[in-house]
Amino acid sequence: MAGWHSIEGPAVALPQDNIDTDQLIPARFMSVPRKDGYGPYLLHDLRFDSMGAPRDGMPLNAHPEAQILVTRRNFGSGSSREAAVYALADFGIRAVLAPSFGDIFASNAVNNGLLPARLPEARIEVLLDLLAENPQVMRVDLQDSVIRIGNEVIPFELDPVWRLKLLNGWDDIDMTASHGSAIAAFRAERAQSAPYALLKDQPNDPRNP
Amino acid sequence: MTVQPRSLFDKLWSAHEILRRDDGSCLLWVDRHLVHEGSHHAFAKLADRGLPVAEPALTIGVVDHYAPTRDRDRINDPDIARMIRTLEQNTTRHGIRCFGLRDPRQGIVHVMGPEQGLTLPGLLINCGDSHTSTHGAFGALAFGIGATEVAHVLATQTIWQKRPKTMRITVKGQLGPSVTAKDLALSWIAELGADGARGHAIEYAGPAVEALSMEGRMTLCNLSIEGGARCGMVAPDDVTFAYVEGRPFAPTGAAWDSAVADWRALASDADAMFDREVTLDGAAIAPTVTWGTSPEEALPITANLPDPAQLQGARADQARAAMDYMGLTPGQRIEGTQVDQVFIGSCTNGRIEDLRLAAAVLSGRKSRVPGLVSPGSALVKLQAEQEGLDRIFIEAGLEWVDAGCSMCVGMNGDLVEPGKRCASSTNRNFKGRQGRGARTHLMSPAMAAAAAVTGTLTDVRPLLDGRV
Ligand code: SF4
Repeated sequence: MAGWHSIEGPAVALPQDNIDTDQLIPARFMSVPRKDGYGPYLLHDLRFDSMGAPRDGMPLNAHPEAQILVTRRNFGSGSSREAAVYALADFGIRAVLAPSFGDIFASNAVNNGLLPARLPEARIEVLLDLLAENPQVMRVDLQDSVIRIGNEVIPFELDPVWRLKLLNGWDDIDMTASHGSAIAAFRAERAQSAPYALLKDQPNDPRNP
Repeated sequence: MTVQPRSLFDKLWSAHEILRRDDGSCLLWVDRHLVHEGSHHAFAKLADRGLPVAEPALTIGVVDHYAPTRDRDRINDPDIARMIRTLEQNTTRHGIRCFGLRDPRQGIVHVMGPEQGLTLPGLLINCGDSHTSTHGAFGALAFGIGATEVAHVLATQTIWQKRPKTMRITVKGQLGPSVTAKDLALSWIAELGADGARGHAIEYAGPAVEALSMEGRMTLCNLSIEGGARCGMVAPDDVTFAYVEGRPFAPTGAAWDSAVADWRALASDADAMFDREVTLDGAAIAPTVTWGTSPEEALPITANLPDPAQLQGARADQARAAMDYMGLTPGQRIEGTQVDQVFIGSCTNGRIEDLRLAAAVLSGRKSRVPGLVSPGSALVKLQAEQEGLDRIFIEAGLEWVDAGCSMCVGMNGDLVEPGKRCASSTNRNFKGRQGRGARTHLMSPAMAAAAAVTGTLTDVRPLLDGRV
């Protein structure tokens, strides 16, 4: 995955609390292979009515060019489904601004190059008002952890580890491979200190507990 | 030299830390990695890179999310059949033990793990599922991860994590009659919010928690994620050891004795510090139900719904949208709301004790609405049948089906129809969680059984009077 330093694009307001990952991608779409693309399923049941017609008044229908989403607290709570991030990323969203995020969602986001930026609730409300009628171009600078809109420069919060990861597009598996010997040593030590933690073969006794 | 007092969490974390980078990121060893059908993305990532599974013996597969609860021999939906087949193929290819659809031990991953003794105190347990927090009930460090992380654990048996903050929820006193761990969990989430414990590892403590059975502790830890926590845990004690002893994968003989000695030492030291402390009064908790579309929108069954007109800003918007979706009126009494159906099951409340309690409510009574009872595992099903609980459910008019996630998430086709109201023993009342347009009220299995008996949201306490 490629790293990035800044993005500039249309920001859209989604003024709702608790947009959970079941809403971001309903469970029925989750058997689709990733290469088929998850963009069409993003917030599917909010964007489309039960006949499949796009709903009026849903900002992402009016503005499919959106790259930045501004929303309310506890975004991405619930299920650990990384497909929620795939749906956002495949739709073209690169950053989400909210007062708080589900922990697993935020970590999934960073693993896919999507920024979960935290801003105080009051700031978010001001931005939501600003974007209420129309999307506006916003710039996100990762290095300085600020967003710029019009003449305003607004800081956001992001864990420093996650900032590094997004900037560098780090791949954890590669990073971990360099620690192979430390892992092997730890494993040997754990087998001594906590023998119960290792599993051997299947027990022969399929006794019902 | 004075030794810094340490919490249960501190002890578990340091026992798994392989290394810590300067930026605070820690590489942790994973003792158990549980995979299910949803892990297909992670196996695909591994295949893309041509990597093997690092520790197949420590990886365990189980079919749960897509498991049909009826007619398992004829799966008509090709997507469901493919999801199950993909897991079985991936686990076979990598030499991973898998409890497939026909295995007598099959069940929901968070029911099966403890039941088999795969879940033990002192372990670090990961699964690509947010309710992995359930396993913390044993004094394990257990948390859900996403697909990229699942691929990482498969490839390395380790996980990168930042150390979360710690929080202790102490529940003083005792829960009242017919008040369960589910009510306790929903009430703390209502108090602190669905993101109230965000970024924290919770330890549940106090007399009301110690008095819970393992089933109750699992329910409590399971719902930690609904309050935003990274994980939840309870210190292992005699209740824990009695549950674990004799399970198929638990240690035996001298290995058991030495393991128990280690596990006893895991409890938080007397002066251990937590970043946050919350204290609740167990006796003040009533049977609790959700009314909205977030688990934080929960109330005692005796209460009235809020009035959005009296709330501010975003809170008012949220309450209005939730009531609109749920078809409820501001200020109305929650008790007496008519339901269309009930569901009893899931990793939150699909264990034997849950079924016993629901059966105690339903025994000799009829359900006024249709309903589904899906045990958490095939072994729970067997046990319930040996105890005659299945007869009680069937005679009450409910459907008794096979084990799986079932109507908790509807991936197997067990769905609530649009606009229908379901009294459910599950964990998420999100919009569309149980099916598009479905209206979910979360509650204990006893409360769900009470809703069946009266056809409305009901206080279970009078119905259980003299029965338990
Ligand atoms: S029962 Fe529900 S919450 Fe539990 S693992 Fe299955 S789908 Fe997830």
